[in-house]
Amino acid sequence: MSENIFIRIFRFYYEGFKNMTVGKRLWLIILIKLFVFFVILRLFFFPDFLKTRFNTDEQRGDYVLEQLTQ
Amino acid sequence: MIDSIDLSLVNWSRGQFALTAYYHWLFVPLTLGLSFILAFMETLYVRTGDEKWKSITKFWMTLFGINFAIGVATGIILEFEFGTNWSNYSWFVGDIFGAPLAIEGIMAFFLESTFLAVMFFGWNKISKKWHLASTWLVAIGASLSAVWILVANAWMQHPIGMHFNPETARNEMINFWEILFSPVAVTKVLHTTTSGFVLAAVFVVGISSWYLLKKREILLARRSIMVAAIFGILSSIFLIWTGDESTRQIVHVQPMKLAAIEGLYHGQEGTGLVVIGILSQSEEDPEYENKKDFSFRIEIPKFLSYMAFGRSDAFVPGIIDLIEGNEERGIISSAEKMERGKYAREVLREMKDAKAADDFVSYEARKAKFIDPGFQENYFRYFGYGFIDEPDQLIPNVPLLFYSFHLMVGLGFYFLVFFILAIIMVYRDTLIRRRGFLRLAIWTIPLAYLANLLGWTVAEVGRQPWVIQDLMPTFAAVSRIDAGMVQVTFWLFAAIFTTLAIAEVRIMIKQIKLGPKEGRE
Repeated sequence: MSENIFIRIFRFYYEGFKNMTVGKRLWLIILIKLFVFFVILRLFFFPDFLKTRFNTDEQRGDYVLEQLTQ
Repeated sequence: MIDSIDLSLVNWSRGQFALTAYYHWLFVPLTLGLSFILAFMETLYVRTGDEKWKSITKFWMTLFGINFAIGVATGIILEFEFGTNWSNYSWFVGDIFGAPLAIEGIMAFFLESTFLAVMFFGWNKISKKWHLASTWLVAIGASLSAVWILVANAWMQHPIGMHFNPETARNEMINFWEILFSPVAVTKVLHTTTSGFVLAAVFVVGISSWYLLKKREILLARRSIMVAAIFGILSSIFLIWTGDESTRQIVHVQPMKLAAIEGLYHGQEGTGLVVIGILSQSEEDPEYENKKDFSFRIEIPKFLSYMAFGRSDAFVPGIIDLIEGNEERGIISSAEKMERGKYAREVLREMKDAKAADDFVSYEARKAKFIDPGFQENYFRYFGYGFIDEPDQLIPNVPLLFYSFHLMVGLGFYFLVFFILAIIMVYRDTLIRRRGFLRLAIWTIPLAYLANLLGWTVAEVGRQPWVIQDLMPTFAAVSRIDAGMVQVTFWLFAAIFTTLAIAEVRIMIKQIKLGPKEGRE
């Protein structure tokens, strides 16, 4: 009896990752990089300027309008 | 508020964006081009059944994987910067920038999670043809993914297909297809992706040449050079053609950029194309750093006129014509554009004030102007000029653009000759003895990266002072944040990206030294 399609897909990825040589180090670099980008940089250094200062799009629009006309 | 912007904030924000964009573009072009070279090599494997082609494909696939892994998500930093450093810009562009970026994100996700995995993990697990199809889909998908960000960039160079909503201060997309198929976008996509193809071809020829110098992996090197050089010749020809095409567009949509990259101050009929030139300080205006004369130049007579307009006697406007205007040629002066821009800003200000004062009659009257085609064409079109105080602000850095452009073009022609020589030597079986050429091939790799970065310098510095051509100057686009914080993140990025670049080079070199015998995944 053939295996469930999802199990086959899982096995495909699982064995692919398991048999990696160079790729394991690359995945480590990717994971560290994503952590630095999305957790450290995004949270501490790159808050969205308009979203963190205003609650509604109307307020954001009014602020930018003010910036463009002063 | 706009008048009191801290210039160091603008400059640091620009510097940070340039730094991240340059580093991001170190990784992207190799991904774009090498994926197609892999597809060609694997096609040869499937068609011939020769296992050597499989081994060659797997070797280059390992290098592709290293570049992809180190480079993936570096572009996301640019999106962070839009929200933090460039909030006025991000809001003003509205969904025009958001839609292409969202499509790019979705495409990249599906590409990376499906076909890329099949390409790396699928050897001996799926049929040869399915695997080949996956490799081709990775190549096509990578280029398609790049299309969207390039379309968004092209819109900034030539904003069309939108309408400005004065109530929300946002531009709204009214014609997606006009934005997608704008001639500027089509040329930019073709020219930029092809530059990646050329870079990857140089990379493959260069690394293969190293093997030939070391007298190892001879078959891999010869076959790889054959595939890459043919791909490189075709890509170089296409690159030159699309570059020529973009000249025809720039003269209409960004004439100041064309005048600056050619160092053309006074427009004339039958303008020559400067092939090589050295700029020196102008005697006409010795105090003004951005005013230059040629102390030496070699030019092709009347060729710029022909390139730009298809007629050798056509008038090409110079920087002075664009600043002072030229009634005879129908060129509006920058002073006139500034007046019109200030009027458009004034109408917007009056509309805002009328809303605050609950004066709905006045409010509706001002708002109606923004949907009046006459107001759009004659005033809102020059909205960005309303922020400009001095016409000199409208001139980009001429020496930087002139040298960047001419060096880029020179390198583009050099790559074409380089590939032709490589293919002749492979065909005559003399390449392994040409050690000088083999060394040159290795040193051509950094030149290909340099040419790519110069291309972006021309595109982005050339449109200054605009972040959106004629509508928003760069200094009006920045968020009012602390310049010190931008400096901190600038150096943080410099450290992170330099570490990533060093990691890539070290891992690559290690894999190249190991060679193809242990086809890695």
